[in-house]
Amino acid sequence: MIKSKAELMKKYQQTKDKIENRKGKIDLKKREVLVCTGTGCMSSKSKKIVANLEEAIAELNLDVEVHGTGCLGFCEKGPIVKIMPDDTFYSQVKVSEAKEIVTEHLLNNRIYTKKLYVNPLTKQKVEKTKDIPFYDNQVRIALRNCGFINAESIDEYIGTKGYQALELSLTKSPDEVIEVVKASGLRGRGGGGFPTGLKWSFAKNNTGQKYILCNADEGDPGAFMDRSILEGDPHAIIEAMAIGGYAIGANYGYVYVRAEYPHAVERLNIAIEQARAEGLLGENIFGTEFSYDMEIRLGAGAFVCGEETALIASIEGDRGMPKTKPPFPANKGLWDAPTIINNVETYAVIPQIILNGAEWFKKIGTEKSSGTKVFALGGKVKNTGLIEVPMGITLRKIIEEIGGGVTKGREFKAVLTGGPSGGCLTKDHLDEIVDFDRLTELGSMMGSGGMIVLDDFNCMVDIAKFYMDFIVDESCGKCTPCREGTAAIHKMLADITDGKATIADLVELEKLCKMVKSTSLCGLGQTAPNPVLSTLRYFKDEYLEHIEEKRCAAGVCDGLISELFITDKCIGCTLCAKNCPVSCIAGERKELHVIEKDKCILCKDCFTRCPVGAIITR
Amino acid sequence: MIKLIINGNQIEVEENTTVLKAARELGIEIPTFCDDDRLSKQTSCRLCIVEVEGTDKLLTSCNLEVKEGMVVNTESEKVRIALKINLSLIWAGHPNDCMKCGKSGECKLQDYSFEYDVDAEPIYSVRKEAIAKNATNHFFEIDPDKCILCGKCVRICSEQVGVGALGFKNRGQETYVSFGNDNFEDAGCVSCGSCVSVCPTGALLNKTADKYRNWDVDKVRTTCSYCGVGCQMELVVHKGKIVRVDANEEGSNRGLLCVKGKYAFNFINHRDRLTTPLVRKNGKLVEATWEEAYAKINQKYLEFKGESNSFVGFSSARCTNEENYLFQKMFRQVFKTNNIDHCARL
Repeated sequence: MIKSKAELMKKYQQTKDKIENRKGKIDLKKREVLVCTGTGCMSSKSKKIVANLEEAIAELNLDVEVHGTGCLGFCEKGPIVKIMPDDTFYSQVKVSEAKEIVTEHLLNNRIYTKKLYVNPLTKQKVEKTKDIPFYDNQVRIALRNCGFINAESIDEYIGTKGYQALELSLTKSPDEVIEVVKASGLRGRGGGGFPTGLKWSFAKNNTGQKYILCNADEGDPGAFMDRSILEGDPHAIIEAMAIGGYAIGANYGYVYVRAEYPHAVERLNIAIEQARAEGLLGENIFGTEFSYDMEIRLGAGAFVCGEETALIASIEGDRGMPKTKPPFPANKGLWDAPTIINNVETYAVIPQIILNGAEWFKKIGTEKSSGTKVFALGGKVKNTGLIEVPMGITLRKIIEEIGGGVTKGREFKAVLTGGPSGGCLTKDHLDEIVDFDRLTELGSMMGSGGMIVLDDFNCMVDIAKFYMDFIVDESCGKCTPCREGTAAIHKMLADITDGKATIADLVELEKLCKMVKSTSLCGLGQTAPNPVLSTLRYFKDEYLEHIEEKRCAAGVCDGLISELFITDKCIGCTLCAKNCPVSCIAGERKELHVIEKDKCILCKDCFTRCPVGAIITR
Repeated sequence: MIKLIINGNQIEVEENTTVLKAARELGIEIPTFCDDDRLSKQTSCRLCIVEVEGTDKLLTSCNLEVKEGMVVNTESEKVRIALKINLSLIWAGHPNDCMKCGKSGECKLQDYSFEYDVDAEPIYSVRKEAIAKNATNHFFEIDPDKCILCGKCVRICSEQVGVGALGFKNRGQETYVSFGNDNFEDAGCVSCGSCVSVCPTGALLNKTADKYRNWDVDKVRTTCSYCGVGCQMELVVHKGKIVRVDANEEGSNRGLLCVKGKYAFNFINHRDRLTTPLVRKNGKLVEATWEEAYAKINQKYLEFKGESNSFVGFSSARCTNEENYLFQKMFRQVFKTNNIDHCARL
């Protein structure tokens, strides 16, 4: 049990050296192996890798510990195994290779070069994590412990100054804690960007029973920031929620997490149990008057439950449907009590702000968006994964330097931010900076951190249709504009991609989108038309091409493709002919190839395969 | 008091009044499906939107409290366009069968569609699949295809009647109103028909064999005679026959009735119903005139005067409280007997 600062510091001292050794700051002559056991790498059997590593180490009687960590971010290259303090980075490790890594690296002190990461630009093998371009430009605050500590060990968390921020907060007044958060300029990472400190002060000014909630109902397609933090650093969330509870006067908290994140739930449960056992949750924390405990509530996977009033309704046991605001949860939330809801990532940075001070945090990022932002970088970039970058970084740096540029030499077309509530940005915006206000000005939004890169094989109308299809499925059905309007928008987009729409329909589409945006009940409906409106804003030509020429240049919209045709750009490489499933392509090497139209099944295999873009759809 | 301007008219209303109500005081009817003074705010139909100077968004007036100096426009171009789209979206998923719908003439969707020029040919395409009617209740049925999901039925059942037999099922486009387990009995429905009373469209309609049009009826205000509460109701009369009972919202019952008041009116036209007094002749009860009946009572009274316990008075629950009061008064004071009873064993 930790009941005082002295006891916490004693525990900190016990593990501090181990952590410092891992960082390479001191040398204890002791190696450790870190294996990513986040959901991504686990799906590539990283748990089995851990078992095999441990078995091999035991066989050789080596004094090396193996730790299952949270996500290291570079999911594209998973499963990832790191040897510390050497900082050696092994990527795409197979279960069968675990033993070889142990004998080569740990026993014989030779780098197991077969599994080193290859820099695609220099074609050189990279030994150390710090030399991998993916990690350049990244500043890890929310993710500082993800992929670095054993996510199931409270000792390791305490060894990274864990729970010191809570202890420090309890020596201050609640108002002082709120002041620090306010001064840091921290804004809600769930997408809204509302100043966190200000929100806390609203609840602080109310009296009676209060609650503090964590929104981990992450639902944007392709986004996994919250999941990774919960899997990699669950104690940070517990600590931050306790700090928040102290600041606003709440003695109980709930983490609302979707049931589709079983691994995150498991890790968080372990962490809560550990914190309780150490007295860091429960009565009289650190021997003060402050008592706080918390539990997990599982969501059933409805996207709308990420909306705070719907989330509250769901915790209360009602249908997850949003309510109209005001009253805001800070005044009347869970069971009508003043309630604060913050996103996982928001909580993850709070202990660091308390420990390092508001000024430290404010120095990172831009004037109105301080700090960093975690993005789930996906789509058509070479390096997909989880990244944390300072606010104010340019899109170009994210996509070209961290992301390694667009895949297979295709052409960059657009980047989507903000998921189904956001919008697209074009190559003209690559040098724009990323912060809350600038993205909104450009017609997109920060959102919770999904960032999907598109290339010239992506059709923008089809992308808008994809998001609208998602919204039609996820609309709760309460208000008319969202329930019926999004379905109508989806049908109009489907008509465009099927070549059944007219120019007049495009006018109606825009009118309908604006209506849904201005009259829907909650944030889901109010932002649902954004992908359509922003693609209309920046890619109107593509819409017109679909409608007037009945053509989809990206070759995505099947309804508009009646023929594949090889132009005289063909270099006669025979790649298409070799792979055609119905052998309908004829042509000699280094000569123009021809598709036999009657036999072609329009599978588009040749279209996506052609290295020179000689094949077109029409 | 708060001063504000609605459609160019200045008005002064009490604090905490909604814009919707303030407008109503000015005689400006803002359309709404889901708002009802008796129920919690659902703010879901989004029809009561208004434009407020200084705000870009359209705001729902049903939950918008008045503010000093507020300038509201309920009929701006922006509002009318949004309203027409909203109604067109609902219409796109609604069966086009006003000609044979029992709600025709009293349907809010029909009225608003007329007011905002909604085309009969839907301009949008929304509804995926038809959902079957729920006819498990004896007195009414639910037609989800005509439902606009205003949720008034769900709220009145749980908030006013206190039963909570109705709820929403599924999500998004597939949402529909139904009983738990899709069966009225399992859900504890008491068949009070309050859901039918509040439904703005033909989604909840009484089961009836009577064919009548809502513009071809007379409405007679009366007091329910089933018990002593005194619920106010309107008998809907078509060609001299009661075809429906509507609850009256002005009475102390505030628009609620019980299953008897709402549905137990068929006895009025029943062939077994007594329409004249009966007098026993030669051991058999036979129809008689009121003169004959009163003469008989008078005769018997004089015959047994002084033996008050030989009389029994038995009254009906169908009579009003006032009539029953007079009846017992006559027996106690004139006939000098306490032998008096009543069939009201509710």
